[in-house]
Amino acid sequence: MSAPTPKGVLVTPIFKNNPIALQILGICSALAVTSSMSVSLVMTLAVMFVTALSSFFVSLIRHHIPSSIRIIVQMTIIASLVIVVDQLLKAYAYDMSKQLSVFVGLIITNCIVMGRAEGFAMTNSPGLSFLDGIGNGMGYGFILMTVSFFRELLGSGSVFGFTVLQTVQNGGWYVPNGLLLLPPSAFFIIGLLIWAMRAINPEQVEETEFKMKENTQPKEAV
Amino acid sequence: MQHYLSLFVASVFVENMALAFFLGMCTFLAVSKKVSSAIGLGIAVIAVLVITVPVNNLLLTYLLDEGALTWTGLPGAENIDLSFLGYLSYIGVIAAIVQIMEMFLDKYVPALYNALGVFLPLITVNCAILGATLFMSERNYNFGESVVYGLGAGVGWALAITALAGIREKLKYSDVPASLQGLGITFITVGLMSLGFMSFSGIQL
Repeated sequence: MSAPTPKGVLVTPIFKNNPIALQILGICSALAVTSSMSVSLVMTLAVMFVTALSSFFVSLIRHHIPSSIRIIVQMTIIASLVIVVDQLLKAYAYDMSKQLSVFVGLIITNCIVMGRAEGFAMTNSPGLSFLDGIGNGMGYGFILMTVSFFRELLGSGSVFGFTVLQTVQNGGWYVPNGLLLLPPSAFFIIGLLIWAMRAINPEQVEETEFKMKENTQPKEAV
Repeated sequence: MQHYLSLFVASVFVENMALAFFLGMCTFLAVSKKVSSAIGLGIAVIAVLVITVPVNNLLLTYLLDEGALTWTGLPGAENIDLSFLGYLSYIGVIAAIVQIMEMFLDKYVPALYNALGVFLPLITVNCAILGATLFMSERNYNFGESVVYGLGAGVGWALAITALAGIREKLKYSDVPASLQGLGITFITVGLMSLGFMSFSGIQL
């Protein structure tokens, strides 16, 4: 791998090396908050803020952290930043913090934050780590916004709370698909999204563990 | 008693950590390729949850909550509200307990330690553990309830990951479209499982 460039670290995590779609990181909180777009946007901003600043601070003190306690040090930095985010949300957007409930706190255990601190910030300069954090936050946000766009549009006929498809209940024509407001739909949409992304970038496809012999009847293979 | 039983059933099935709240997804998807390792991780999660949720509950009631420090008898102690320190303390407690459990098992139950060994450190960053603690503090469970809730949440999570591993073991022999291979099809499987678990949500307890 060549030396990371500022533009590279900012852009690659969005499509080429997406933290959610490719590295299966940080899905925990990603799914539960995607039933409406504004909530996802706040969540994205919060994760971006925490990832960027935690990478920055970890990178700043990376030469002084003994490697045996580095996880605890990183955890402390991340947890402190999450407390800041949580207090800010409670102070200025109380409704939003109620809707996000425990998921703000769960940013601490979001593997993206930890993964970037451990995998990138420990070996790179503060400025670059900051950009890397922003980039990964955007990669996370990209998936989150896409999923929530479909869920909100088809589930309640609106985008960011503005009605786009007039629903039947309000005298319109669109019958909302209730499934999309339920948790399982998030899994389906991410699954299909990964399918689409890998169809476009075939090098991301995972190796099959078992290759079926040519011209084998399915029932013989079992 | 009945109250505890219904809390247990609700936390295992209706509010399943993995399938209804998507908690612990990273490890849920990464360690569900084989049934044996899924069971090992599941047991480790149950053990950690049963200990950490009640300990964090004590921490919240006697140190962090508003007026929790009254028992110290310090002047003005009833006005101290340290709950903003919650996240930092919870994650510290979880990391410490996982570490202590690892040392304890290594010394006294080496067989179990060898079986769980690799999974224990992973658990510190498992969102299900922190998630259960945060739900506990948000819903104001008392000590008894938090023990039951910790157990129920752990059992539910272990059940879900074992079931998924069982499906994935069969799934690797099936002919999945190339781009959907691996992660994609796993997501869709989990979606279907989650849909199945939703049928429990109609249970009145």
